[in-house]
Amino acid sequence: MSEHEYVPKSKAGKWFNDRLPLLSLASHLTDYPTPKNLNYWWTFGGILTFCLLTQIITGIVLAMHYVAHADLAFASVEHIMRDVNYGWLIRYIHSNGASMFFLAVYIHIFRSLFYGSYKSPREIIWIIGLMIYLLMMAAAFMGYVLPWGQMSFWGATVITNLFSAIPLVGDSITTWLWGAYSVDNPTLTRFFSLHYLIPFLILGLVVLHIWALHIPGNNNPVGIDIKKPSKDTVPFHPYITIKDAFALLLFMIIFAGFVFFAPNVLGHSDNYIQANPMVTPAHIVPEWYLLPFYAILRSVPDKLGGVILMFSAIFILFVLPWLDTSKVRSAVFRPIYRQFFWILVVDVLVLGYVGAMPAEGIYLVLARVGTIYYFLHFIVILPVVGYLEKTEPVPLSISEPVLTGSAEYSMAKKDNEKI
Amino acid sequence: MDKSEKKTTTRRDFLFTTSYTVGAVGLGAVIWPLVDQMNPDKAQKALATTEVDISQIEPGKSITVLWRGKPVFLKRRTQEEILEARSVSLDELPHPEKDEERVKSGKDEWLVMLGVCTHLGCVPLSNKGDYKGWFCPCHGSHYDLSGRIRKGPAPKNMEIPKYEFVDANTIKIG
Repeated sequence: MSEHEYVPKSKAGKWFNDRLPLLSLASHLTDYPTPKNLNYWWTFGGILTFCLLTQIITGIVLAMHYVAHADLAFASVEHIMRDVNYGWLIRYIHSNGASMFFLAVYIHIFRSLFYGSYKSPREIIWIIGLMIYLLMMAAAFMGYVLPWGQMSFWGATVITNLFSAIPLVGDSITTWLWGAYSVDNPTLTRFFSLHYLIPFLILGLVVLHIWALHIPGNNNPVGIDIKKPSKDTVPFHPYITIKDAFALLLFMIIFAGFVFFAPNVLGHSDNYIQANPMVTPAHIVPEWYLLPFYAILRSVPDKLGGVILMFSAIFILFVLPWLDTSKVRSAVFRPIYRQFFWILVVDVLVLGYVGAMPAEGIYLVLARVGTIYYFLHFIVILPVVGYLEKTEPVPLSISEPVLTGSAEYSMAKKDNEKI
Repeated sequence: MDKSEKKTTTRRDFLFTTSYTVGAVGLGAVIWPLVDQMNPDKAQKALATTEVDISQIEPGKSITVLWRGKPVFLKRRTQEEILEARSVSLDELPHPEKDEERVKSGKDEWLVMLGVCTHLGCVPLSNKGDYKGWFCPCHGSHYDLSGRIRKGPAPKNMEIPKYEFVDANTIKIG
């Protein structure tokens, strides 16, 4: 991995490093050659690490005051809000932090889609990232159940009932998940246990994600392979760390805006009503970051079909590196794919919007069109466009377009070579 | 592969196979308790029956009681409602069941069923929907006066729990 053998300067450092090469690792991380043209879309990896650590730290603190029991959970959350010193702040950071985490992860994923970061040789990074995303959804869902409000309870009921669609063993599986005959105290206690566990699993996967990243190195906006280290790269520290830090600062301003000025705007007011197994709220919606998948679920008039399609919408992303047949990574040089990329962005936003609306009338029609298009994009458009598209000339190195200010230069150069 | 090589089974192969087998059985025996501990415990199973006094329920009215953490609808239907439920042809039903099969004979006015939508488990609202029975607000399933699914994503009729009439005024559920 390391391009040059690192030798600590001090004798003690050398003694330690010979026995556990932590200093070599630190040296690898600071010197790590990074493409010099990374734009601000590449700062979300650092932002996501910040989000994960924020959730872990605030979560550990909240667990000191929260009581995981069906009779006490709701009151203990109010106790955190009213009695615990700065409890309101810590809880609002944690609850809004989940939303911020998903906001950042969606930007990170779409960055990857635009610049083709999921393509060879980075498939494993992409797949580990999707596993992190799945664990994030599990952690967020279980965390939303813990306050034991109406949305907690009925969200848990609806999501766990998805498994009852499995033929033959479905009902046994849901009973096993509940530990009761409905969502009840045993469900709450196990969700709390798993909610505490999952962030540490994510942390482990993040290490693998970064490890896998450091084998081929970062993709970059022009999407070409680069030699490292070379005149196309800069050391990670201080060039990237300072850029990441600046982006993180801007991100934290938005984060703080939600925490201090609109802490409940992303939540649902029904969750301030204690869970009642006798009454379902008139309009159940999941948190905003799950809405596109919820829209897909509801667009199918068949229970099993809806569940299968919803899970397929996520699992199809795992085979994305093999569905995209184009050899060119970056959409900057793919004039047709570039347009379909933005249509997909709009499609996912539309699905998110109709997921929050009642499943009837025009919303149902939109949900169905959006669902069909979503799958069409991955199964038909990506493979076909990869074959048919005439891509624009790709520069030979990063320095070319950067030094001349545009990609035009490389084309001109190629034309000259022909003459 | 050489033919003689393929045929030879050594003492070591035997040891490997038996070790793996015993190891797999041992691993399974350890994993099962860890899996089964998540199933409903004895305390949950102990809540298996509920007795309900039905003497106060007027015809056309219904009450909801909690049984095993789930709502149970007890509806005392009027004659017109029973007739309407029975006038439906079975061909029209996604999950064909006669109304007679869903009540105790001689107690036709009493409809006792789990108030749980068979789609994703919400509690349907009574006297709502296109079939005058129940309507689930979550994903729009319509049930008729016999609790049978008529329209929407739910695959099955609302479930009839095991219950019995202890006396004229008491129903024991479970």
